Amino acid sequence: MSEPRTTTVDVNGHACRVWTKGKGPKLGFLAGLGGLPRWLPFLDRLAETRTVIAPSLPGYPGAMGHTELDTHLDWVLAVRQLVDKAGLAGADLVGASVGGAFAAEMAAIFPDRVAKLVLISPFGLFDDKEPAADPWAQRKDVLPGLMCADPARWSELVAAPEGANSVEWPIEMTRASEAAARAFWPLGNTRLEKRLGLIAAPTLILWGEGDALLPPSYAAKFAGAINGKTRVETVAGAGHLAYLDQPDAVARAVLAHIG
Amino acid sequence: MKLMWFHLMPYTELPADFNKKHPSVWVDIHSSLFDPRRAHHMYNDFMDELEYAAELGYDAVCVNEHHSNGYGLMPSPNLIASSLARRTTDTALCVMGNSLALYNPPTRVAEEFAMIDCISGGRLIAGFPVGSPMDTCYAYGQNPSLLRERYLEAHDLVKKAWTEKETFAFNGRYNQQRYVNIWPRPIQNDPHPPIWIPGGGSVETWRWCAEMDYVYCYLSYYGYKAGLHTMQGFWKEMEKLGKDRNPYRAGFLQFVGVAESRQQALDLYSEPAEYFYGRCLHIDPRFATPPGYTTEATQRAGIQSMVSKAADVANPATKAALKATNMKDIVDGGYVLIGSPDEVVEQIRHVGISLNVGNLMLLLQYGNMSKETTKYNTRLFAEKVMPKVKDLFEEWQHEWWPKPMAKAQRAAIPAFRPQTVAAE
Repeated sequence: MSEPRTTTVDVNGHACRVWTKGKGPKLGFLAGLGGLPRWLPFLDRLAETRTVIAPSLPGYPGAMGHTELDTHLDWVLAVRQLVDKAGLAGADLVGASVGGAFAAEMAAIFPDRVAKLVLISPFGLFDDKEPAADPWAQRKDVLPGLMCADPARWSELVAAPEGANSVEWPIEMTRASEAAARAFWPLGNTRLEKRLGLIAAPTLILWGEGDALLPPSYAAKFAGAINGKTRVETVAGAGHLAYLDQPDAVARAVLAHIG
Repeated sequence: MKLMWFHLMPYTELPADFNKKHPSVWVDIHSSLFDPRRAHHMYNDFMDELEYAAELGYDAVCVNEHHSNGYGLMPSPNLIASSLARRTTDTALCVMGNSLALYNPPTRVAEEFAMIDCISGGRLIAGFPVGSPMDTCYAYGQNPSLLRERYLEAHDLVKKAWTEKETFAFNGRYNQQRYVNIWPRPIQNDPHPPIWIPGGGSVETWRWCAEMDYVYCYLSYYGYKAGLHTMQGFWKEMEKLGKDRNPYRAGFLQFVGVAESRQQALDLYSEPAEYFYGRCLHIDPRFATPPGYTTEATQRAGIQSMVSKAADVANPATKAALKATNMKDIVDGGYVLIGSPDEVVEQIRHVGISLNVGNLMLLLQYGNMSKETTKYNTRLFAEKVMPKVKDLFEEWQHEWWPKPMAKAQRAAIPAFRPQTVAAE
């Protein structure tokens, strides 16, 4: 697994890291909870046939500036700047978890920015009858099992790599969680349902069948509200961050949808 | 030294198997454990105890704010304080305090505190805590990433609402109000009621208190031994900032149990202390660290240095699991000072001098302590301990104490005569 190329773009005066790797047409990826503290096998699968561009949202690993963002409009405009400056305007876009909510906003509010859309267990809705779990109130030993079907996958994502700064690394991981909380506290509900009807892009919705954070039944709510041609696929053996649990299966489904 | 009588108002009838059957005393404590008819008696006992302390000459009575909490039955301390304003005469009323970011708009705090100050004739101490993670982020759903900024802005707004003479527009990042003009206004208007800040052990809070000239209060449940490191850090920072060592700049919370002898104190206070440190601090750690609640500077200091060890003590949820719950360890750890009056005098003087705190907030009721025992503890302390520690720090001027109206100018409060209904 070789490393991606690293560049940065400016969003509201803060540097945000952009990782790029692969060949072929551009494919954007907005990561889920935890962001991208490291490059992933899932992204390598995609990079075999596509130029994968993964910008870090403000506050997530490699990017600052979340403390500038007070309202949902602030966040949506920050993500739009990020998408544009990373060269992703008009490309296919994959968003997962918290990144999935923003990918859906891009496709809804700026339809010319997104060609084909993939949402992997996206945030943005909350159903009183089937409440989502709380990612910000969990014991340390419970959280990994809420993120992935195989808790070890989450632990690997956030583990400090060799040579990492032992003071700054845990702060950076907490910052990613804070950035997510800043945009989605307390329920993950950004009233996205009001805007889903604006999405015209062909959309694939992927949901880990064992998602313990956001109930897989939410997939149907997204599919029912989105206006574009929409398909739902369940990912076997996967939890909330399905791309960590089943990188090959998720990459295959993404590539099959975007062609 | 100021001796202040503090009540947490704990629910006193949590079952013995509470810790086994329930995950947390805070946030999601089950409603079936709360009996409103029993709470009627608890509230009235607690308010009797506060009034009794005032009668016995404590310098202040203190109340505080908690939400969804089995050891703190005061979501609104202002309700209790307003009652105390009528049922006490000379005692300072220390509301410790109102978590500013929870009030929308925050001018509500400016108004209610001004009401208490007016009713009491200028006896209010205005406490402004950020509030615990459990209260603010979980029970009240506040965004942890925005909490501190909202708190600081609300502080600016409240202070301006108290001091600005003209109606003004407040154009804040989180609060916008076209017409700010509170009625009533506080009696203490030179420039405003004393502001005290309960906080953990963060350098940022210490600096802010110094800059604003506020009293810093370290309200830990773990006593003077665990608090020493934090208070030393506070005074070191004050020295760096060129502030004097006036002990009245600082407040500290201490549990105390006084009796005729040490053995009698153990007999009387072991059960309520073990109830408090066992059941009341049984807090699910999942509610301890909402992301963003702790600033990155404090996280950094925490990872880098031993300061964290002391700072964490202020957050009961992070350390509760590691702390003692049996009386021997509770006493050895200094969480609760116990002994005969003379033994307690010696310990109180030691606490005052070693921590250099002039405002000692005493918890003389804790856990399931009965009204009778609480009154005994309160009276013995007032009669046998207070006279022998009052002189401490008399060489210092207290610049942060309420300045009430002259007694002759204050309203006469008619004696309270409950109507008793004759049995039929």
